Amino acid sequence: MKYTPQDFKSGQEVKWCPGCGDHAVLASVQRALPEVSEALGYSKERYVFVSGIGCASRFPYYMDTFGFHGIHGRASAIATGIKVANPSLSVWQQTGDGDALAIGGNHFIHAIRRNIDINIILFDNQIYGLTKGQYSPTSRLGTVTKTSPFGTVEHPFTPGELVIGARGTFFARSLDVEVKLTSEILVESAKHDGTAVTVILQNCVIFNDGVHGAYANKEVREDRTIVLRHGQPMIFGKNKDKGLVLDGLKLKAVKIGENGITEKDILVHDAKEPNPGVHLMLANMKAPDLPVALGVIRAVSDKTYDDNVRDQVLEIQKTATIKNVDDLLQSGSTWEVK
Amino acid sequence: MHKLIDMPDVVIRFSGDSGDGMQLTGTLFADASALMGNDVSTFPDFPAEIRAPQGLLAGVSGFQVHIGSHPINTPGDYCDVLVAMNPSALKMNAHWLKPTATVIMDADTFDEKGLKLAAFKTDNPIKELGIEDRTIVFAPITTLTKEGLKDSGLDTKSILKSKNMFALGICYFLFNRSLEYTEAYFEKKFHKHPELIVSNKKVLRDGYNYASNIHAIQNTYVIQKADLPKGVYRNINGNQATAWGFIAASEKSGRPLFCGSYPITPATGILEELAARKDLGVKTLQCEDEIAGICTAIGAAYAGNFAVTTTSGPGLSLKSEAMGLAVITELPLVIVDVQRSGPSTGIPTKTEQTDLLQALYGRNGECPMMVMAARSPAHCFDAAFMAGKFAMEHMMPILLMTEGFLGNGSEPWKIPSMKDYPEIKPPIVPANDTDYLPFVRDPERMARRWALPGTPGIEHRVGGLEKNNDGKVSSDPHVHERMVRERAEKVAHIVNYIPDQEVLGEKEGDILIVGWGGTFGHLYTALGELQKQGKKVGLAHFDYINPLPKNTAEIFSKFKKIIVCELNSGQFANYLRIQHQRFTYHQCNKVQGQPFTIEEIVKAVTNQLRVEN
Repeated sequence: MKYTPQDFKSGQEVKWCPGCGDHAVLASVQRALPEVSEALGYSKERYVFVSGIGCASRFPYYMDTFGFHGIHGRASAIATGIKVANPSLSVWQQTGDGDALAIGGNHFIHAIRRNIDINIILFDNQIYGLTKGQYSPTSRLGTVTKTSPFGTVEHPFTPGELVIGARGTFFARSLDVEVKLTSEILVESAKHDGTAVTVILQNCVIFNDGVHGAYANKEVREDRTIVLRHGQPMIFGKNKDKGLVLDGLKLKAVKIGENGITEKDILVHDAKEPNPGVHLMLANMKAPDLPVALGVIRAVSDKTYDDNVRDQVLEIQKTATIKNVDDLLQSGSTWEVK
Repeated sequence: MHKLIDMPDVVIRFSGDSGDGMQLTGTLFADASALMGNDVSTFPDFPAEIRAPQGLLAGVSGFQVHIGSHPINTPGDYCDVLVAMNPSALKMNAHWLKPTATVIMDADTFDEKGLKLAAFKTDNPIKELGIEDRTIVFAPITTLTKEGLKDSGLDTKSILKSKNMFALGICYFLFNRSLEYTEAYFEKKFHKHPELIVSNKKVLRDGYNYASNIHAIQNTYVIQKADLPKGVYRNINGNQATAWGFIAASEKSGRPLFCGSYPITPATGILEELAARKDLGVKTLQCEDEIAGICTAIGAAYAGNFAVTTTSGPGLSLKSEAMGLAVITELPLVIVDVQRSGPSTGIPTKTEQTDLLQALYGRNGECPMMVMAARSPAHCFDAAFMAGKFAMEHMMPILLMTEGFLGNGSEPWKIPSMKDYPEIKPPIVPANDTDYLPFVRDPERMARRWALPGTPGIEHRVGGLEKNNDGKVSSDPHVHERMVRERAEKVAHIVNYIPDQEVLGEKEGDILIVGWGGTFGHLYTALGELQKQGKKVGLAHFDYINPLPKNTAEIFSKFKKIIVCELNSGQFANYLRIQHQRFTYHQCNKVQGQPFTIEEIVKAVTNQLRVEN
């Protein structure tokens, strides 16, 4: 199948605020799908976009694919139903930090635990945008918003930690503005069998402008983020001279060439390692002490829920004596009235 | 010598601790009776606690069986035989004894401790309860069970677990039941534990022989075969019948069956039954919560499966928002509410009809849904099948109301043939239909079409936001008002597809009994009694609640009075007051977590006939 990004544009007017990070994510997705189709042989009608409530959840309307705009927090459950009902579909969920981690937290973790084969794109802007600026489960401690005029007094989630804690098999992260990186990650997400969560650190230009600026701004980005690629050393920085090493049981950023550190000392990223220890540390890295990890942090293979459902049915049917409803009705103890 | 007496019907109530196996004992008695050709109705009445502290009043579990040589429509009000495995069981059930009843008790439990646990004030419970004139059989069931199995090699716990079979053996002697069916059950159930086959058979026979040897039992009874229509029969409970009805609708429609659900008493049996049916390709998802139950089902419906979700009252509350989503996206879905006592957690194992108004109105916005009800355990099959047919052909969510009384209760069912059931033809959109728009409707049904993901050329979006016909989001005031009207009309138009309301008994007369749902057996039996007394009475029992059948007002106008009988404070009566305002509705209500008794209904109707106006 040969598609172009244009084939995935629905023609419906895109109503996000000018300057919103969501525009870039939409472009990334529309750029990724032709590649996914080429790599996996998916024709367009196999894509289904599913969302909950929030700014990001308007996403399906802007895609010329099958789309389902659900209710607040429930997109993971709806997407799960779609995938189990028809496993040949390529199911993509768009959600936000409020939708996925507050009202929909239960469905989010259980979708991940089951390893249902869906792709979740989580737009994390650390704020409730559509309700006009209240704090979210990822807002940093002390964040001042309309519902926390004196600063929040609760600790935020780190989505990656939650995903890995829920036995996630795939976790990736990108910045809204990194269209190329996001597309590359989404192609990997599509190729992954199981629940694939990609967090997009996204800017809300109206209610939380610059929330990710400390590491996302162009001038600091290369020094305060690291793009991880499987099999490659964990090197970052404008001059590619910084890297990550293990210091005892913790990760540490070092400069190559200083204190006798050579490239050989730098950790090599292994996204396929089932043990989640290093992945968890990578997902938890916070600027400025450590670079914020981008790219595919974890991608381990395991059986998917939808495969298990299908296989169990096929296995039972092999030896089943009940083949239709009439057989079922006549099964077990019966008696005849003559 | 024993005298053999012919009885047209008998009611037996088995009662004991919640760990005494009374549900199984009752079920085995009912199954054996059905297999011997009697008509049967059962009523499991158990506490919410799985194993309440032993011997207490709160832990008493009961199972009532009504068997007869004529059509049996209820589990019976008062019992001919009460089996009481301990003093608490006797105390809790003594008021249900007929004047001629026999009481079989485990004498070993009537010691000082047992009497104290049951809060008896004297050491003579029989006198204290005023039941000295009943036939009392004080059988040392525990001692004799232990004695009979002393060489079995089983440990004491296993031995004591089989004492319910001793009690069952006594009842089998009393009612001339064949042991054969129950022995076959042991062989199947315990095929991996042959020692339990031997021990259970022995205790059952010991009980039977004990009863034939003692002189306390003067008479034994014969219940002739019921004159049932010819055919092959099976026993079925309401939850199983509901599950099977869905599978049947799936087969007829060619749409795979998906059930997203969360365990909740008393609805769980449907999920369990469906989960066991992998052989027929049924997909079940035990979800993280009630909301996920319905939301996975909505996803599955969107993707083209026949989707159902099962619940009881509290779960229905949690599903409300998602029901609205199913209404606005106009997807086929059946939600089953196996009603129980509320509000909140209420009395989870007890039956009620108190969710009707929630079913009709419990959603935000203008959100009408078709509401149906099942009238008996076996009728759950047809009700579930028809709910599936209407949901898929009319593209909408439907609420099917059953009750704990139906879900757990069972009756013999003449097994139907699938060839006698109607086709189900969902309006599925073909590939590359260039005219396809998501909310364009067929003018007769007002249904939109079902456009399945994976079909080329009909990519489209649906969702919880109001939309125009083309599927684009619209907050245009006139579009919204039109869509609200069209969704309501779609539900209203179902009236052209449901049967006219039937009236049993007199077609016109002094009073019309009106009911819905699981009270049918009781109302129908009461109708018979009232007719026997020469009263001009009819019964209109509604399976279709929203919309009501077309001829409802016409039926109501043929009677001088209407009395609406239901297990709530008057929810259907109030609904009828809105729907058909020109009639006066009298009420007969009960909110005790228990079914009606025939006596209560007969009394209420008789009283109403006496009152002027």
